[in-house]
Amino acid sequence: MKIRFGVFFLVLSVCVMCGCSRDSEKKETTSSPSPSAASAQSETEVKTPEPREIKEITLMTHDSFSVSAEVIALFEKEHNAKVIFLKAGDAGEALNKAILSRNNPLADVFYGIDNTFLSRALAADMFMPHPSVHLSHVDDALKLDPSQGLLPVDFGDVCINYDRQWFQNHDMLPPTMLEDLIKPRYKGLLVIENPATSSPGLAFLLATVSRFGEDGYLEFWKQLKANDVLITSGWKEAYWGKFSAASDGDRPLVVSYASSPAAEVFYAKEKPAQSPTGVVIGHGSAFRQIEFAGILKGTKQESLARALLDFLLSPSFQADIPLQMFVFPANKKASLPQVFQEHAAITKEPATLSPGRIQSHRDLWLSQWTELML
Amino acid sequence: MKKGVILSPGVLAGVIPLVFLSLFYFYPLAGIFFKSFFSQGGLSLSSSGYVVQSKRMAGIVWFTLWQAGVSTALTLVIALPCAYVMATFHFRWKKVFMTLATIPFVLPTIVVAAAFQALAGEKGILGNMAPDQCLVMIFVAHMFYNFSVVLRITVGFWSAIGPQMKEAGAMLGARPVQIFFKITLPLLKPAIFAASFLVFIFCFSSFGVILILGGPGFSTIEVEIYRQAAHLFNLPVAAMLSLLQIVITFALMWIYTSLQKRLVQFSPETETLSARPPWGLMEKSMVAGCVGFIICFCLCPMLALVIKSLWYEGSLSFIFYRSLFYNVSGSIFYVPPVRAMGNSLMFATATLAMALAVGGCAAMVIHGARGRFARFLDPLFMLPLSTSAVTLGFGMIITLDTPPLNLRTSPFLVPVVHTLVAFPFVVRSVLPALRSIPHALREAAGMLGASPGKVWVHVDLPIIARALTVGAVFAFTVSLGEFGATLFTARPEYATIPVAIYRFLGQPGATNYGQAMAVSSLLMLVTATGFMVIEKLRPRGHEGF
Repeated sequence: MKIRFGVFFLVLSVCVMCGCSRDSEKKETTSSPSPSAASAQSETEVKTPEPREIKEITLMTHDSFSVSAEVIALFEKEHNAKVIFLKAGDAGEALNKAILSRNNPLADVFYGIDNTFLSRALAADMFMPHPSVHLSHVDDALKLDPSQGLLPVDFGDVCINYDRQWFQNHDMLPPTMLEDLIKPRYKGLLVIENPATSSPGLAFLLATVSRFGEDGYLEFWKQLKANDVLITSGWKEAYWGKFSAASDGDRPLVVSYASSPAAEVFYAKEKPAQSPTGVVIGHGSAFRQIEFAGILKGTKQESLARALLDFLLSPSFQADIPLQMFVFPANKKASLPQVFQEHAAITKEPATLSPGRIQSHRDLWLSQWTELML
Repeated sequence: MKKGVILSPGVLAGVIPLVFLSLFYFYPLAGIFFKSFFSQGGLSLSSSGYVVQSKRMAGIVWFTLWQAGVSTALTLVIALPCAYVMATFHFRWKKVFMTLATIPFVLPTIVVAAAFQALAGEKGILGNMAPDQCLVMIFVAHMFYNFSVVLRITVGFWSAIGPQMKEAGAMLGARPVQIFFKITLPLLKPAIFAASFLVFIFCFSSFGVILILGGPGFSTIEVEIYRQAAHLFNLPVAAMLSLLQIVITFALMWIYTSLQKRLVQFSPETETLSARPPWGLMEKSMVAGCVGFIICFCLCPMLALVIKSLWYEGSLSFIFYRSLFYNVSGSIFYVPPVRAMGNSLMFATATLAMALAVGGCAAMVIHGARGRFARFLDPLFMLPLSTSAVTLGFGMIITLDTPPLNLRTSPFLVPVVHTLVAFPFVVRSVLPALRSIPHALREAAGMLGASPGKVWVHVDLPIIARALTVGAVFAFTVSLGEFGATLFTARPEYATIPVAIYRFLGQPGATNYGQAMAVSSLLMLVTATGFMVIEKLRPRGHEGF
């Protein structure tokens, strides 16, 4: 027993010491090192001389960002650089962290500010203007920052998705516009996300404001509430918890993206000819979310940062966007993958609101909505 | 002289937790509070007026408090009978059931929601129990998560109460009920109090359970802070609410510390243990009831997850597990399952070591300190447990940004943040054990010539070893299950298992869902294995858990 106990204590103390040495290691590398540590450091530097120094560049973004390894390798090879990614939480959090660290930026380039947050980002005045050559291939409707500090990189439409099988089984037609949702036959079928905690939820609220106006949107919501709409906190809970096409839930209508059906096909084991879900995008019922990227002021590698932002707008990165993030590329030169051409939708008449109006009214709309619905 | 012997190791040990807390907790918090309140030049207290006046805020604070109280009471109601059985009887696979009861602690809330739904939802096994009774779901989830906290802390303590005192009571004619209320319960109070306060503070700062299972109709202070800070970027209000949360926690802990002074102390029997096989129908059915409860309450939801991960198109299949090893979209952020497990284990081990060091020292310094200082220290060490992750994360970004503390993007920050949450568990489980050591024992050893260090190794350590194991299990579990730390460091190459689960659930598609369930099952496996290893390292003769 004594031996066992000794082993326990030994392991414990080793663990503790490891913990401490990690600590001191960290401090040594970051603080002004002691003479011995300094000499050791210079020795290793002498031993391994780099022929050409690889430059590191940091891209800060939100949790949903993704890119193919081979695409980013194109950039790294061309510029002899290494791209470090920082995922700083959801879209709102990531932006707030960038604003907080404005004077000592965490990164060189930021990707993923959407039009609902655009005004906040511009007010912080932290992006460097960059009139990229690729902007000529981007639709003018997507360019919302005249100072060209934030450039449009992708867009997607938030809209109602429906469960095809469910509507077939019940011999019903799916809704075609927002007004349909308050009809008695669609009672108890819709699940939405809380706009105060979810980005598609907010986009859907903005779609209703855009459609029914500031005076009329609350009336619509009142009737939606009477029609037994279900509210969840976030997209995951709605889609994976309540949506009948993706979960054990019993709601055949959900607020999601117009590209979600393409994801359903892409991530199915055996690719179906038709997606199990469809979308409602007519008559201004889909809100267009546009994402922007920009160079953070204070970057120490301005030219490489400019090159990276150009790369993010170039056809090679843009063509990778659909299957990585399931949104559409901003650059029209980028080709769409097959599954997107067949199963994803772009509405011709998206609901839009100016970023300035969203910024100044967001609090008001959210509190009015919360008071009415919760 | 006596006093010196008792105090000196404790005071020395106090440096570690105080430095740790100052650097990684108080400094970042002070930074973000300063920025929030003084950003417009002078002190801006308009936000405090807003918080105080708003009726909605008052509702949120009230809801936060009462749901935490009810959750704690319900958890005690289900956990104490099980703790009695676990502490009193020996039976086959006892350790397995103990492990089963603790695994829920690591599961991400969204996965637990899926598990409950599989059991309770329309097509679920239990039939027509409505999953949308949101308040009920909050309570059930809090019980599900915290069951093991009460169980482990009280069992560790309970099994150390020797049978002699109870036998003496029985001999003097006390009925079993009397023995329980007059002898066992008073002796158990320190452990029950410690566990209750942990559970209360945990529920008090509940985030995922409220947001995901409660639905948008409910909001705790923690949820409101997140909303204000992350979405509205209303830092003054967020900071005000964080401060309120801290003040409430501190006040509660203050009351707790004062109460604890009046509790009975007893000498634990470290070697002889009172657990025995169950005799007779009555006792056997008690064991069966306890085992049955753990199976229904803990095992069934977990099994439901495993079945979901193995079920593909109406038959058993490993397809989701196999696809984990295949990067379908070629994403640079693809994390092979083995690496996610490696990252998780690495962070969990580092957290375990750091939490034991910081927590053990903190317990010693609380125990050793006297007077006002002591009453101040104990609540202080509990604060990180109930501090909003967003607030702290923002604070770290603006304060830990210059050498020698440029840690904003360092992976080292992950175990640090985990330790902040984990070490209060170590403190709470070690402190009652430390307090139970009679001073006479230490004094006797000192009188016989043992140095303070020797006294600690030969007297204190063997007695608190059991409690240290409990603390170690919790530190390990907190780290494995913690998702919030991605709020702090953002390097995708250090993705842990919970991060991988969330990544899969981020996009539509049946494969993604199946893979999320498969990774959740792997998380449970890793957790269970980790427990086995920790228990193996535990010194023999201590029937702690």
